[in-house]
Amino acid sequence: MASAIVVGAGIIGLTTAWRLVERGWDVAVFDPAPVSGASHVAAGMLAPASEVVWGQPSLYPLMVESARRYPELIDRLYAGRPQEVGYLPSETLVVAADHADRTALDERTSLQTSLGLKAHRITSLDARRLEPGLGPAVVGGVHLPDDHQIDPRALCAVLLDRLGDRVVRQEVTGFVERGGVTRGVVLAGGEAHHADQTVVCTGLGLLPGLEALPLRPVFGDILRLVPTTGTPPLLGRTVRGLVRGRSVYLVPRADGGLVLGATVREDDDPLPSTEGVHRLLDDARRIVPGVLDTRILEVSARARPGTPDDVPIVGRLDPGRVISTGYFRHGILLAPLGSDITADLVESREIDDELLAALDPHRFDRPHSTPGAP
Amino acid sequence: MDDALVLGGERLTSRLIMGTGGASSLATLEASLVASGTEVTTVAIRRYAAAGGNSVFAMLERLGVRALPNTAGCFAARDAVLTAQLAREALETDWIKLEVVADEDTLLPDPVELLTAADQLVADGFSVFAYTNDDPILARRLQDVGVVAVMPAGAPIGTGLGILNPHHIEMIAAAAEVPVVLDAGVGTASDAALAMELGCDAVLLASAVTRAHDAPLMARAMRAAVQAGRDAYRAGRIPRRSLARASSPDEGRIDAW
Repeated sequence: MASAIVVGAGIIGLTTAWRLVERGWDVAVFDPAPVSGASHVAAGMLAPASEVVWGQPSLYPLMVESARRYPELIDRLYAGRPQEVGYLPSETLVVAADHADRTALDERTSLQTSLGLKAHRITSLDARRLEPGLGPAVVGGVHLPDDHQIDPRALCAVLLDRLGDRVVRQEVTGFVERGGVTRGVVLAGGEAHHADQTVVCTGLGLLPGLEALPLRPVFGDILRLVPTTGTPPLLGRTVRGLVRGRSVYLVPRADGGLVLGATVREDDDPLPSTEGVHRLLDDARRIVPGVLDTRILEVSARARPGTPDDVPIVGRLDPGRVISTGYFRHGILLAPLGSDITADLVESREIDDELLAALDPHRFDRPHSTPGAP
Repeated sequence: MDDALVLGGERLTSRLIMGTGGASSLATLEASLVASGTEVTTVAIRRYAAAGGNSVFAMLERLGVRALPNTAGCFAARDAVLTAQLAREALETDWIKLEVVADEDTLLPDPVELLTAADQLVADGFSVFAYTNDDPILARRLQDVGVVAVMPAGAPIGTGLGILNPHHIEMIAAAAEVPVVLDAGVGTASDAALAMELGCDAVLLASAVTRAHDAPLMARAMRAAVQAGRDAYRAGRIPRRSLARASSPDEGRIDAW
């Protein structure tokens, strides 16, 4: 039986490990604190359409393809009981807070539809008919039927359960190397652990020899809200808003709770930002006034592993080692595709050249593209 | 033909100063900065950590672009002074773009807090680049306390409304004894060209580029616009006339009959 070590038990490490187990590999996952980083706080929007932005042509096909693979991942993991991992194939509504936001939203809708994604403009009246919790000040919206959600905490808990004692709560401090080929890892106590293949899914936890990867911590603040006792859930579907050009989202959970996020800051401060939390609440109540009637269950902040172009870094580093990191804001959405590609790399299966080029760890070494080029 | 701009003691070839806010990714920002030809870029010290090999500051250093830290997000003189001191410590520069805004809706400078903070920072040895209103009198008062550049808003930050009071911007530029940088309000290339035609020494912009659909392309447009506006200003425009004047000579013509 071929053996693999996965370093890092976030969403990418766990889904990759599970994929390898399914394919008959003997897998060990090392992480001193599994699911304690960005995966622990992520909202879990599976939103290939609403995450589309200009100037990132290589990112959206990945998001679309990964979203398409989600039902299959859920099925493999939890056949017949998708609700237990919080998988809700319900739509997303994006609303604009004023007319300038509406213009920006309309332009983005044109981009989404030109890329073949489903996005329908609706009036504010129709938006409020769908979601009576929307405020009267909302200026129209867009209906995205293919943007769904999952509860990352529930999903990670199931993955940890499936992997069982393959997940080892120990820190990796380095690699075992022979003739330029990785043959395993060195644990914090100095003990070596050998394997045919080593997969690095550590996000920002850069290991020796990998410091040169262009990853940077992009912090985000996120809140978990619950309705006041006795009141019905505030929203029936994910509501995203554009408020004076800023993005805010409210993701309803099956238990009536709401996830409110998320800021994007590069100030290297691991504690939740007061300004960030204020901003999120203020923007959220402009589109859903009832947000102020909820209670705060949790305020958290984590760093996302950002890359220069916001596209992950996935590729083979040497005949014994593969890297899969830098999933930035899209780790949950990209997990099915990312884990499939990473497992394919581990097994040296054939992978589409264009895809490999987009994810290539060395792509940042190249010169700049000319302005105006497609 | 040397037309260098001396800003805070630094000789600059480019008269376009960029900001970093609003970029969709670091790679897009980098491509935009390169396309803009900028030599100075302003960064909000409260939003970006100075440390880290892959931070915005590391990228600017790699590109050879000088960082101009700013006090964005400060609402009182005290906060702006503290933020400036943090920036000096973290980046080892006495340059500071001073922003003290009055409220979140307009993001317009609070004149009293701005002047107070400028006065304190100049006394503390800073080179102060003051983001100010399009008010010629306030611009004069800021120069009196010793700022190295006056940076009037064309329109409120992020609005893209262009230059709402060209006459005041022209007055500020004509009277200034320090460089005048049009800061905020630029929506498209013609706004940047107009600022230079009005006599500004440079233009600072961020959103117009970073939030454009093709940011590097807009950066290139801004670079050309600033250069075009500067050239037009130096070349001297023709007077505006109410009646036509033929462009070919009409003297000494032989009569046809």
